[in-house]
Amino acid sequence: MTASLTMAGRSIRLSRRNLDLVIMAIMLPVLMMALFVYVFGGAIGHVESYVDYVVPGILVLCTGYGASSTSMAVADDMKKGVIDRFRSMPVSSFAVLTGHVTASVARNAVATSAVVLVALLMGFRPSVSIVSWVLALGLLLLYVLALSWLAAGFGVIARTVESASLLGFFMLFIPYLSSAFVPVDTMPAVLRVVSEHQPITPVIETVRALLTGQPATSGWLALAWSGGLLVAAFGWATWLFSRINRR
Amino acid sequence: MIVETEGLTKRYGSNTVLSGLDLKVAEGSVLALLGPNGAGKTTTIRILSTLTRPDGGSARVCGFDVVREAAAVRGVISLTGQYAAVDEEQTGRENLVMIARLRRFARGSARARAVELLERFDLVDAADRRVRTYSGGMRRRLDLAMSLVARPRLLFLDEPTTGLDPVSRTTMWDAIGDLVRDGVTIFLTTQYLEEADRLADRIVVLHNGDVVADGTADALKNSVGGTRLDLSFGSAEDASRAQAVVGGAVDELMLSVPSDGSATHLHRVLDDLLAARVSVLRVSTHRPTLDDVFTSLTAVAA
Repeated sequence: MTASLTMAGRSIRLSRRNLDLVIMAIMLPVLMMALFVYVFGGAIGHVESYVDYVVPGILVLCTGYGASSTSMAVADDMKKGVIDRFRSMPVSSFAVLTGHVTASVARNAVATSAVVLVALLMGFRPSVSIVSWVLALGLLLLYVLALSWLAAGFGVIARTVESASLLGFFMLFIPYLSSAFVPVDTMPAVLRVVSEHQPITPVIETVRALLTGQPATSGWLALAWSGGLLVAAFGWATWLFSRINRR
Repeated sequence: MIVETEGLTKRYGSNTVLSGLDLKVAEGSVLALLGPNGAGKTTTIRILSTLTRPDGGSARVCGFDVVREAAAVRGVISLTGQYAAVDEEQTGRENLVMIARLRRFARGSARARAVELLERFDLVDAADRRVRTYSGGMRRRLDLAMSLVARPRLLFLDEPTTGLDPVSRTTMWDAIGDLVRDGVTIFLTTQYLEEADRLADRIVVLHNGDVVADGTADALKNSVGGTRLDLSFGSAEDASRAQAVVGGAVDELMLSVPSDGSATHLHRVLDDLLAARVSVLRVSTHRPTLDDVFTSLTAVAA
């Protein structure tokens, strides 16, 4: 436990000092939101109502992207001598990964707060129910944990930091094939099938329903996807890490 | 024996890195594993420090099997790898406190231990600067300090001074010497013969994954022949006349005579040549170096 906390402290310090990462994690979602609301918003619908529609999508996109940067932090450790030091110490083997995942949650908490704050300034008028907010943030947390563990696994097997960053690239684009920016029924049939059945759509739909005071009909589905992914990704990443010594 | 390996093998694909390594290291000694790149030095250290699994054979460290009892092995060793294993974006102090916390020091004693080590390794002034700003020598000293947080019984040093300038190298050697006096067993790899000569009680030369020589620096030097006198002459004729008087082997203008290195022997050779009226231009004494050992061993084995 102490080991995981110490590692979390380390990872948080390291990500706080990596200024590029902090700027990217906060600026990117804020700029994307401004882009969608002010540039595309008018064409897609009314700017005022589109803010309410798009903010949950941006939140899911930015947390997904933020969580995926865990792969780069892990890959960076893996190629440096420091991982050998940790592994030659009597420390539970996945404390390194737990540390990076915890830092990822912390980074995303900051980024999410920034996005919500800017969204409010842009005219986002969400539900005021505390319960809805707690549920929405809880689901986002689960989603961030799942993707962070998945990213940690990618970080372990990636040969370079650059290849580890590919996951972030995917997480930046997959949300376009979902209901994040436009309702899926506006898409051609093939894309619609993909978009309706990929795991990000129920997560976005649920966060959106909770924050706009609609009934969260896809809540259980979102929970199942995120929870399932978390269990699988955690198992995969720790299994990969425990097998490093066979190389 | 603090380290004991039997028939240790490791392959990467079709490349055999270790082919049945047998090695024993006594507690409190300093062993240097010497060999060219690719000889299997780093692989040996990685297996002994539980980072890599061997394909065959067995290895025990402080009586614990490195595969089955890896956790126990980790409790008694420390590793200073080939590349300084420090966090660039943390300060020296933060790096040390982090390791102490991971080694289960309480918060207060972790900080105290960090201060102790910063003082011992002359890093007090740089303690609160990020490691990114450190020189190569400072980085290595911090790296070594991080390995000593928990007072290991056995310390692995993988090429501890590679890439350091001569002054930093001497500082590292002094620091390693202090550890030996504290009773820490040291298992180091190096490409520098001078380093092995200076630090190690025992030198094991590795070539193509196998031990080709094992002994003290002196024993290894003696194995490639003793001291000799090299006498230079003004002409090949003088050289061959000298050979008729004192023996030895001629190579153009140079005569090499086996010697015990004593002044008496040198005197006798020069007196005999003076009596025979052969004039000697220069005399030098040649003692075999570990370089000679290394060259002869790896040349034969190849």
